Amino acid sequence: MSATPEKPAENGVNVEALLGAREALGETPEAGKFVWRATNEWLHGTHSRSSVEGYFGLGGEHAHKSTFGFESDHPLVFAAEDNAATPVEIVLVGLASCLTAGVAAVAQNRDIQLRSVKATVEADMDIAGILGADPDVRNGFSGVRVKYDIDADADADDIEALIAQSQKRSAVFDILTNPTNVTVEVG
Amino acid sequence: MRTGVQRTSALVVGAGHAGLAISHHLAASSIDHVVVERGEVGHTWRTERWDSLRLLTPNWQARVPGLAYDGADPDGYMDMAEVVAFLERYARLVAPPLEPRTIVESVRRKGAGYEVVTDRGVWHAATVVLASGGFNVAKVPPFADALPGFVEAVTPIEYRRPSALREGGVLVVGASATGVQIADEVHRSGRPVTLAVGEHVRMPRTYRGKDILWWMDRTGLHDERYDEVDDIVRARRVPAPQLVGTPERATLDLNALTDQGVRLVGRLVGFVDGKAQFSGSLRNKCTLADLKLGRLLGTIDEWIAEHVRDEEVEPAERFAPTRVDESPPLALDLAREGIGTVIWATGYEPDHSWLHVPVLDHRGRLRHDGGVVTGSPGLYRIGLNFLRRRKSSFIHGAGDDARDLVDHLAAHIGARAPAKVA
Repeated sequence: MSATPEKPAENGVNVEALLGAREALGETPEAGKFVWRATNEWLHGTHSRSSVEGYFGLGGEHAHKSTFGFESDHPLVFAAEDNAATPVEIVLVGLASCLTAGVAAVAQNRDIQLRSVKATVEADMDIAGILGADPDVRNGFSGVRVKYDIDADADADDIEALIAQSQKRSAVFDILTNPTNVTVEVG
Repeated sequence: MRTGVQRTSALVVGAGHAGLAISHHLAASSIDHVVVERGEVGHTWRTERWDSLRLLTPNWQARVPGLAYDGADPDGYMDMAEVVAFLERYARLVAPPLEPRTIVESVRRKGAGYEVVTDRGVWHAATVVLASGGFNVAKVPPFADALPGFVEAVTPIEYRRPSALREGGVLVVGASATGVQIADEVHRSGRPVTLAVGEHVRMPRTYRGKDILWWMDRTGLHDERYDEVDDIVRARRVPAPQLVGTPERATLDLNALTDQGVRLVGRLVGFVDGKAQFSGSLRNKCTLADLKLGRLLGTIDEWIAEHVRDEEVEPAERFAPTRVDESPPLALDLAREGIGTVIWATGYEPDHSWLHVPVLDHRGRLRHDGGVVTGSPGLYRIGLNFLRRRKSSFIHGAGDDARDLVDHLAAHIGARAPAKVA
């Protein structure tokens, strides 16, 4: 073993706080129940605007530091105005953001210093589904591929393990891979 | 039926290997006790396991305090009749104060001890040791009720042999030891198996010429303590490794099942309109298991490099990654696929339904610190996954745990009535 202790990894994730929160949840499981919210308003055509303001968790209401806005539209080839990304692309953004956050947190926990983490996400979709042209084709993605390019102080096996673990603990990966009950109502 | 309340310093629930090991140590500490058993010694092994089952652990590993396997086939694996014979032999050796064919109906706190109501009388015990098994009840997922009516559901506790199942396709849910073993023999019987795979632990039966459990034993992995691991909650939930005990010492991983024609799908997540739906996470679950296997083999290789001369062992080896289809099915129409049976190999739970002491958490799990039940002095548990050590749920894991728990129990009753403890 080298006599000089190595500098601990610093990826900017407060792992102690996360582990502390997990410990606390063992005692008060109710505090772990969160409700996430977004609102959405139609603008024109397929163009709409969403905003995210507050959420419920740890037994109370919380506000984000500011209100975050997101627009969505559909592209010209769909005869739309292409004012913003399509909803399915926003899903890909959600998946990549979630996995990357996981990579950083897991790396911090395993004392792996990251220098750069880049992801490319691709999803396949046959629009015969949403057009109702073929009942055997599903509406959603038929497959999603994420490719990571990671520069870190770790060997290839450790990096593969980072990626595997970040999928295992990812909310959006779970949302995409497992069915979820969704209710949509008027009123 | 006995009349009147009988008294004892320690009442042990269950005369399997763990209850007998506890009795051995109680006797060695001269603590008066009784072992209450719902049937005969080794009841679960006799009545609640399938015909072909053999222990996952090789015979040489069958060692309990005061008895170790001394037969002709140390590298073999006991079938259930052999397990029962081994336990009967152990019972003759320990000669416990046994109350057979006695069902515990309720355990309650009473005064400084416990009132144990059985169908053959009432006991007052200063301490109670729960040795009633960790695998009594088959866990099924919450959506099991939504299984279409034409499909028959079978748990591993009910399952006996493939020929007792109806003809046609079978969906085996779960790929731990139980799931892969049942999938294997059901598929061989001509009933095509689809295996739903969630988190699992992949292991080769042998590595570098020895049983994989030999290495886990020698390297000290099996002795790792519950208060030494990073995350004991998670460690206790790790499913049983994909191992089977066969005379051929065959490896039964997912690749072996794929070679036979078993179809792999992701974790079962529910039923909608007669269709079973599966998670799209199969590739991730297989990668996690492959990586974990690589780390285990790496640990063993490092240990060998330090402790064994190279020429004494076979060379290091790495196994092919688990093969997963490019796009495994996410939904299967059970009727169209001809699947008439679902086998829930989704884990087991201990039965604590008769334990009327407020020591269970909101999920019904016993709160304990290495088998010393939290919040109820004098109550102990043995024989759960990673209770005190990684080997705790194995037969050879009972000895060390029983010794530790009886030491604690002796100190507990000693503190209350010092004169009684030898």
